[in-house]
Amino acid sequence: MTSGVGASANYRLTEEQELLRATVRRLAEERIAPRAAEIDRTEEFPWDVKALLAEHEILALAYPSAYGGLGAELLTLCLAIEELSRVCATSGLILAVQALGSLPLQLAGSEEQKARWLPDLAAGRRLVAFAMTEPEAGSDPAAMRTRAHREGGGYRLEGTKRFISQGGVADLYAVFAVTDPAARRGRGISCFMVDADSAGLAVARLEHKMGIRGSPTAELVFDGVPVPADRRVGAEGEGFRIGLRTLDRSRPGIAAQAVGIAQGATDVAIRYAAERVQFGRPIGEHQMVAAMLADMATRTEAARQLLYRACVEIEVGGAAAVRWAAMCKLFAGDTAMAVTTDAVQVLGGYGYVADYPVERMMRDAKVTQLYEGTQQIQRLVIARELLARLP
Amino acid sequence: MQIVVLLKAVPVVGTERLDAAGRVDRSAGLEPNGNDEYSLERALTLTEAHGGEVTILSVGPAAATDPIRKTLAMGAARAVHVLDPGLIGSDMAATARVLVAALRRLDFDLAFAGADSSDGGGGLVPAMVATQLGLPYLSYAADVEPLDGAVRVRRISPGGYHVIEAPTPALVVGTQLLGAPRYPSLRGIMQARSKEVATWTLADLGIDPATVGEAAAGTRLLRTETPPPRGRALVVRDGPDAAVAQVVAFLAARGLA
Repeated sequence: MTSGVGASANYRLTEEQELLRATVRRLAEERIAPRAAEIDRTEEFPWDVKALLAEHEILALAYPSAYGGLGAELLTLCLAIEELSRVCATSGLILAVQALGSLPLQLAGSEEQKARWLPDLAAGRRLVAFAMTEPEAGSDPAAMRTRAHREGGGYRLEGTKRFISQGGVADLYAVFAVTDPAARRGRGISCFMVDADSAGLAVARLEHKMGIRGSPTAELVFDGVPVPADRRVGAEGEGFRIGLRTLDRSRPGIAAQAVGIAQGATDVAIRYAAERVQFGRPIGEHQMVAAMLADMATRTEAARQLLYRACVEIEVGGAAAVRWAAMCKLFAGDTAMAVTTDAVQVLGGYGYVADYPVERMMRDAKVTQLYEGTQQIQRLVIARELLARLP
Repeated sequence: MQIVVLLKAVPVVGTERLDAAGRVDRSAGLEPNGNDEYSLERALTLTEAHGGEVTILSVGPAAATDPIRKTLAMGAARAVHVLDPGLIGSDMAATARVLVAALRRLDFDLAFAGADSSDGGGGLVPAMVATQLGLPYLSYAADVEPLDGAVRVRRISPGGYHVIEAPTPALVVGTQLLGAPRYPSLRGIMQARSKEVATWTLADLGIDPATVGEAAAGTRLLRTETPPPRGRALVVRDGPDAAVAQVVAFLAARGLA
């Protein structure tokens, strides 16, 4: 796979990135890890973790310094998501979604719009979420039905959004809705920043999920929600393109979450295999278990390297960004699923009970194969880009 | 208030290795010396409360860059890294001379140093520096309080504390009692990249290379030995009655009961 900049891609983290990773890791291990099982069990959004991420300006990473953020590169942001997810996938997702939801603004917002919303989001005073998926428009978002009717000087939103991560706890939503139903596929969609407390906007239900149980996944109902025109991000009809560009930059965040989950499970499995004695010696010395540990560590590292490389390539920009984003999310998600399944296997019966964290990690891993595009969609995206490059 | 903190970059505690020449390997994997970090923490708190800035001064190998960056991320304003191949194998006296030459080029009210280093542990360099610069030397500080044109230190003494005062500029040797070092904030880490790290050579400091380094060392390292590992601990997990019997038997077997 050639990219044009491959020879110059940097394979070592900078001192700054190493230090930042160590800082986030320490916070994650000391402050978040002890909460992870409880967050999963209670299915309650961890406001204490959100406050911790805000206090330490981890939420500011993804925002430009001009708006109070830290202006981190995509790779640096992903390092933080990885470290958080290593101990608690729900916590890693808080950071990933705070980046995801703001991307339409960052990519296509006016200066006035950025100045209005980004400082509060960077400081973690407000949470943001990304509302694209609908009951009948999942893998095919262009089929969305939520309408933004022109009314007076603004719009009125009607419709339903489903599976919205951080729905119900976010203060602000990037909402995608059809402004021109007659336009060609995908061309009639626009993007709006909508306050969670807008009249007519309600959380219709919260899903009970297999994993990432502390992160609310909501159905949002828009029943004639009035939205002023100055809340439209980008031009009318540009929304779908903004959404797709957002995913190019947000999919690596999910890959980072997946790599973190895989690493967390590998760590637990290694420790357990070194301590658990059967047939007179630690099970890690039995070849079949040893081989699993070796494969888990190797797969996790391979996923991590693809992710880091993808981050660098996406930062450079260019047509291949969409492929790198899809490839790293595809590989890391599948790796997380395989590695956490193996971790449960290494722990045997103990892996299947909630006293140990690997069954939670296995449940958390599954969603990385589903959201921000299923693995099947990632493969379609990658193949389409490969074929498009033929002369 | 301008404060210079002397920083030694040491191998991460627990990972110390010797190089082929039998010296502590400082080619990679270095961190700020623990006692220096306590001193830095106090220096940062003082400048935050009273104004001024903290400058890091480190004499060390190329790999000292990482620990220096960390101190900048913690909040130091700038750093001076004295880096020269001629310094390899320097003894404490030579290191002190280099620090003295560098300190003469820096403006400061207080110089801080850690009580000793986790790798060498000589503990003499700060006293040598203070002596050569003619600075008041306030050692084993458990607390530091700036006064007008002076500094007051609570000095750990065998029987408690001495409270001592000296005019500034002065050199203070810090201990763990100064308070746990802060972790670098993310913003600090991101801002550290734009802070200045000046690299000074022996030539910059006007030091004759023949007066430092291994050849000039007044002491010679003959051998380095690691202490023998301690025997396995006996962990007693039984109930009180059985446990007491086991402990008594353990002591009796060693003629201790």
